[in-house]
Parts: sequence; structure tokens; C-alpha cells
Amino acid sequence: MSIEIVNVTKRFGSFVALDDVSVSIPSGQLTALLGPSGGGKSTLLRIIAGLESADSGRVEIEGVDATRLPPQKRNVGFVFQHYAAFKHLSVRRNVAFGLEIRRRPKAEIRSRVDELLALVHLEQFADRLPAQLSGGQRQRMALARALAVEPTVLLLDEPFGALDAKVRKELRDWLRRLHDEVNVTTVFVTHDQEEALEVADKIVVINEGRIEQIGSPDQLYDEPANDFVMRFLGPVTQLGDRLVRPHDLEILTGDAAGAVAGRVTRIVRVGFEIRVEVTTDDQVVVVTLTRAEFLSLGLTVGAPVGVRVAAAVVPAG
Amino acid sequence: MTSATLVPDRPAVSRRSGRDGRLTRASGLGLGIAMLWFSLLVLIPLAAVVVTAVDGGWAAFWDAVTTPQTAAAIRLTVGTAFLVTLVNIVMGTLIAWVLVRDQFFGKRALEVLIDVPFALPTIVAGLVLLSLYGPDSPLGVDIANTRVAVFLAFLFVTLPFVVRTVQPVLAELDREVEDAAASLGASRFTTFRRIILPSLAPAIAAGAALSFARGVSEYGSLVLLSGNLPMRTEVTSVRILSSIENDNLPAAAAVATVLLAISFVVIVALDVIQRRVVRRG
Amino acid sequence: MAEPSTVVRPARGPGRYVTRVLVVAYLFFLVAWPLFLVGKNAFADGFENIRGIVEDPDIVHALELTVTVALIAVVINTVFGVGISLLLVRYRFPGQRLLSALLDMPLSVSPIVVGLALVLVYGGRNGWFGPALESAGFQVIFATPGIVMATVFVALPLVIREVVPVLEEVGDEQEQAARSLGANAVQTFLRITLPAIKWGVVYGVVLSLARSLGEFGAVKVVSGNVLGETRTATLVVEENYLNFDKGGAYATAFLLALVAVACIVVVSVIRPKDNR
Repeated sequence: MSIEIVNVTKRFGSFVALDDVSVSIPSGQLTALLGPSGGGKSTLLRIIAGLESADSGRVEIEGVDATRLPPQKRNVGFVFQHYAAFKHLSVRRNVAFGLEIRRRPKAEIRSRVDELLALVHLEQFADRLPAQLSGGQRQRMALARALAVEPTVLLLDEPFGALDAKVRKELRDWLRRLHDEVNVTTVFVTHDQEEALEVADKIVVINEGRIEQIGSPDQLYDEPANDFVMRFLGPVTQLGDRLVRPHDLEILTGDAAGAVAGRVTRIVRVGFEIRVEVTTDDQVVVVTLTRAEFLSLGLTVGAPVGVRVAAAVVPAG
Repeated sequence: MTSATLVPDRPAVSRRSGRDGRLTRASGLGLGIAMLWFSLLVLIPLAAVVVTAVDGGWAAFWDAVTTPQTAAAIRLTVGTAFLVTLVNIVMGTLIAWVLVRDQFFGKRALEVLIDVPFALPTIVAGLVLLSLYGPDSPLGVDIANTRVAVFLAFLFVTLPFVVRTVQPVLAELDREVEDAAASLGASRFTTFRRIILPSLAPAIAAGAALSFARGVSEYGSLVLLSGNLPMRTEVTSVRILSSIENDNLPAAAAVATVLLAISFVVIVALDVIQRRVVRRG
Repeated sequence: MAEPSTVVRPARGPGRYVTRVLVVAYLFFLVAWPLFLVGKNAFADGFENIRGIVEDPDIVHALELTVTVALIAVVINTVFGVGISLLLVRYRFPGQRLLSALLDMPLSVSPIVVGLALVLVYGGRNGWFGPALESAGFQVIFATPGIVMATVFVALPLVIREVVPVLEEVGDEQEQAARSLGANAVQTFLRITLPAIKWGVVYGVVLSLARSLGEFGAVKVVSGNVLGETRTATLVVEENYLNFDKGGAYATAFLLALVAVACIVVVSVIRPKDNR
């Protein structure tokens, strides 16, 4: 395992940011720390980097106990949400910084920087200042800068949080492809579940300083360990006293065993999905259907229907 | 921005400055009065100094400025102000650093102490320094009537300048940038040298310019402290005062013009340097 | 970032203590201890020294003159300062940048040069305007008006430097809103602008009061130092010391220092803590 977090606790005054957290981050994979704001994921990332120190517990990186090591000695690359660009240095000098600190020969620095700038497609901006770059370009520069020193681990703290939606999506894909090419152990923090589901090999869900669940995107989506994970990772609706995904429900117009009776109260078309609200005796249940399913049922508002979990679905919880 | 119908004539609304900030009649008049006042009080008198200095011709000007006594005073003044500015660049940045980044009981008191030299009458400043470094010093140190006294007096009155220009810039620095440098392997010292200092350079330069200009202008604190010994501890301001008291106004004006010119050159030079530093990177 | 990782984190390690000690020692030996000693020396003979100066009519007159001149100068500089600040921040006109730089000049000019400059223009004998003014019965140099002018000169930028940043930060949206509701310029200024900049004005007033009370060099040149007439408190300090009346000198100096420190403390206390 590339990174081992063992029983880490961190407090800020009386606020408990991390409560006895333990997790193993696998080598060579892209792991996401996912959770709501203030949940502790950024704190955990910074503790891995050495930018914060844990009150108790251990951090091991590639088998070495790094708990007391300063960030300079951990050989981790860190990318910040607001880029943390060295404003007075050109893009080239920014990327070269870590290598210059290590006193590498000029020729080596030059070729490595060129290589990285090509990797992140910023070659023609090499001599510009960060202020002259867009947000997305600055973040790519920050990534190149972090990768320049060949870190053991790459850490990204909500790297796309400061960018607008379209750029965010582009850079998300780009990060995944970059990881496939470079293959360094990567951990990134996000509160956007779509981002985590799309990009990560493994997701760690953190809430209120505790780990809720660890697993692959499929596992987390289809087999959530508790209600919180289920709600956080995708849309939910309630049938009886059970939380279900709206697209795991089916609507029946005729008689059906095990179906809850109700009336259609609202039909909303969102792109190729149709969202149907069915009001039962005591609940409003949301069911998502494909267009084809919807049309074949011939539903209208007010129609009496039955709702049940589709047979092919494994029960949640 | 239409006027409400309940208040029909408000010609001021249509003649107000608006977003383009053009002057209205009222504000234009105000500006005129202000400029008149400023000219009568500051611009014309300072112009009079320069005019009087060159009035008698270049030869007279040169003679007045290069008498041995005056030349010595100018050398002492500029040299000491320069040294003091160097000390202030280092100590001022250090003090600002402690004020911004450190936390301890009594830090508030330091803030007050730093502003004291700015608010204190200069003659009182002289007496203040005399009480610790003069003949009655509890430390047994007596630097009255020496060049050290000049250095000390300049150091005292220029204390706040670099501190107060650097402090706000330091407080606004993006801490993440320092984290980034640390994660890339830079020690705290390297981070300071390569990342923080370049960001502070413009503020330090501005403070240094103010410190130098203030230093060469100093008079009051030296009256009691340095003894104003000719050729030894006499500064330029004292020379100018002597000339005034001897009713030799053109000579006074000549030396004053030199002083103004030196301050001006240093201020401009520091402005140019700090622009260059910011651009180079 | 919702998580508190941007809290100020003091540096670890011995370096922090070294710089702290260095800075405290520097300020102690340069400012704190000398200042304390002035107070100590002033009260060396109990209250004798203080009583001595308070009972000397010439010195009392000097103190009164100092206060009067300072107050007049502060009022003039406040009116001028606020007006010019408004013009600089809310309007655009040619030479604006130059004017802003020129307004800072008095801070860099030697007080002796200030005195000289005023004498050259307003001196009764050979000044540019002086003789004309004097024949109209208006004496500037060697009289109180000259002292006022010199004091106004040296403290000129102080109110402006405090008010301009506040004006810039507050922005003119509120003023535009007031105008759109029908307020004229004076109403907008009194009801909207002035309250918004009031703290900047207060700081500027206090600082220029301290500066005005303490002016020495410029006043020395323009006042002629006539006993009982144009001698200010600062000139008293010099004279007493040179006449070997150290007790009197320390007492007067102590009073002036007390006022100066009080001004700083007042500003420091009422300023919101996050500003400095």
C-alpha cells in the first residue's frame, strides 16, 4: 500500500476535524476523498502532505513513517484549489522551481520542464506570467510543477473548485488520462460526487471527521453502507421506510404484487429521462423512467398506479 | 438614475459627476480653491527656494554648496541616511514579520512603540535619546556630540517607515504559496528568499525611500544630541539654518535645493528599482 | 475552503524566538527605555519640575500658543484634506496622479526648508508677497499666522493619507443611490459620505494633531522665537535645556510626549483589530 493512515485524530480548538481515521491508499491508483465541506477531507490531505500535523496517529508513505517529517522531506506533490502560483515567476520558472531547489544541472532542468510543459500542453505559454493565464491553464501549470520533482504521491485539494463548469469537466477527463499515462499514486479531494464517480478508481467517503465507506465507484453507488453515502452519491427517493434510487423503481398500471398504490401527481421531462412523482397514502415517491418506458405505460397526471422496486435490483442497505 | 417625480427640479442630479467622474461646476470650483491654497502654501514657497537658489547664477550656487563645512554636512547627512536606511530595510522587515506572523502577550504594545517616533516632536526625540545615550545615561554610554548620535537620531525618527509599508503587504500574502514551495522541497529560508521577499520588494523599496527622505531632512532631534559640531556632527539642515540666521538666504536656498534634489533622486530611483524587481521575477 | 487550514500558523523552531527577542530588544533600547527615562527624569524632583513650568507665565503662554496653533492647523488640514480626498477619489481630471504625489511632499521635506520656503515668500522684508501683505497690515513671518502656516504645511498629507483609502474602499455606490433618491451634493456628503469615512477622518485628525503639536524646525525659522509672543512648547524644550534648566526641559518634553503617546494609543485602541 502506498499510503497508510493509522488512527489519525486532528482537532482545531474544540472542533474535531478528524476522529480516529484509518485508511489505506493503494499504489498507482487514483483515489478520491469525497464528502461535504468541512467534513475533514482537506485536513486529511494536508496531514498526508505534512502541511498539518496530526494530534495522534501515524502516517506512512511507501512504508516509511512520515508522521514527523516536514513537507520538504516527504516528496509529495501538492496542487491547491487556488493554484498557489508563484506570481513573480514565469510558467517555466514555476515548473522548474522544485528542480532548482534540488540543484539539478541546468540542462536537465530545461529538458524536464519542456517535457512537462508538453505533457500539459502549455509549451507556448512557457515565458508568460501566471497572471496572463486562464484558471484552467494555471492549474495545469500547477500540476506540471508538482510532477516535475517526480513525487511519490500526488495530492490535489479540490483542484477544479475554482474553475467554471465546462473547464472543470474538461480538466476532469484530462486528469484521468494524465494519470493513466503517468501512473503516480494520486489522491484528490472533492465534494462533487459526479467528479469522484467519473474519475476515481477508489473513493473514500468522509463526513464529520469519520470515514463512512471505502470502495470503488460502483460499490459505493450500488451498495452504499448507509443512508448518508446513498444520499451523497446519487439521487434518492423513499418508498415505505426504504431509501431507493429513483431509476430502480418501476411503475405498474395493472395489478401487481408487492406494489404500493398511488396516483401520478407530476410528470417532468428532463432530457431523455422522465421524472414521475407518485403520491401514495403518506409519501411522494419519485420514479425515473426512460422515454420508452414512459410511453409504453401511457401515464397521465391523476392516473392510479403501483410502485415497486424493480426485480433486477439488489436491495440497498 | 432618474430623479423621482416627487422632487421635480433637482438640477444637481443631472449635473452630478456620475460614473465618468467628470468635474461639475461645484467640484471644479472646489478643486480650484484647493489648488490655490495648496499653491500658496506649498508649491510657490518650494518654487521660491529653487528660484532663489539659482537666481544669483550657477557660480554663486556652486560656491554656496561646496564650502568645506557644507560639503562635510552633506556627506554626513547623505551617508548616515543611507546607512540608516539599510538597517531599516532589515529591521523594518523583521519587525513587520514579527507583528504579522508571531503571537505573544504584549504585541499590541510594540505597535504603539513603533508609531512613537512618528508622533513625537523631534526636539523631544532628541531629549529621549539623550536620556539613555547621553551624559546622564544609566547605561554609562555617552554618545552625545558624536557621529553615532547622528546615526542614532536618524534611526529613531525613521523607524516606522519600512515597518508600516511592509506590514499590510505581508498580512495579505497568500499562505498557500508558501505551502506550495514547502511541498516542492524548499526550506523556510529558501521560501523566504525566493518567494516571500520578491513579493515584499516593492513595499520595502517604498519604505526605504520614505526612510531616506526623512533621514536627510532631520533637524530637531540633533539639536541637543549631536552638538552640531562643524565638520563633525553637523547635518545639512543645520547648515541651512545657519545661513538663514546669517541672513544669507540665497546660500540657504542653494543648500536646500541640493537636499530636495537628493531626496527626489532617491525616491525616483527606488521607484524604478521596485518596478524592475517586480517585472523580472 | 471551509476547513480552517488557512489560520495563521506561527513558524515552528528556534528561529521564531530569535527574531522575536531581536525585535523586542531593538524596540526596547531604541524607543521604550529612552521614553521611560524622560518620564523618570521629569519626575526626578517629584512634581517640582512640573510645577515649575506650569507656574512660569512664559511657558504657559507657549503651551497655549502651541495648542491654539495646533487646533487651527488641524481644522484647516481636515477641511482641505477631506475636500481634496473627495476630489482625488471620486473625480477624474488631468494631473491627478501628479497632484497626489505632490500632496505627499511635505513628509519628505526638511522642516528647516519648510521654514525657509515660507520666509522667502512671506518674509516682511524681501519676500515675494511678504512686503505687500505687511503694508496691508498682515504680518506672517515672526507672527502667529506664519507659525500656523508652517504647522499646516508639515501636517498636510496626514488626513489625506487616512481618508483616501477609506473613500476608495467604501466606493461610491451609496452616494449614487442617495443621488438617485433626490439628495443634492451637500446632503449626500453630510448624510452618506461623511459617516462612511468618519473613522478615517478621526485617525487623520488625531495623527495631524500629534504632528502639529510637535513641530519644531519649521516653527523655529518662521517664528523668530520671540519670548512670550511666538515661542511654542517645542522651542521651550530646546531653550530650557540649552540654559541648563534640565528639569524644566524634561518636564515640558514629558508633557509633549504624553500627548503624542496618548494620540497613538487612542488611534490604536479605536482602530478595529483586524486592520493592523
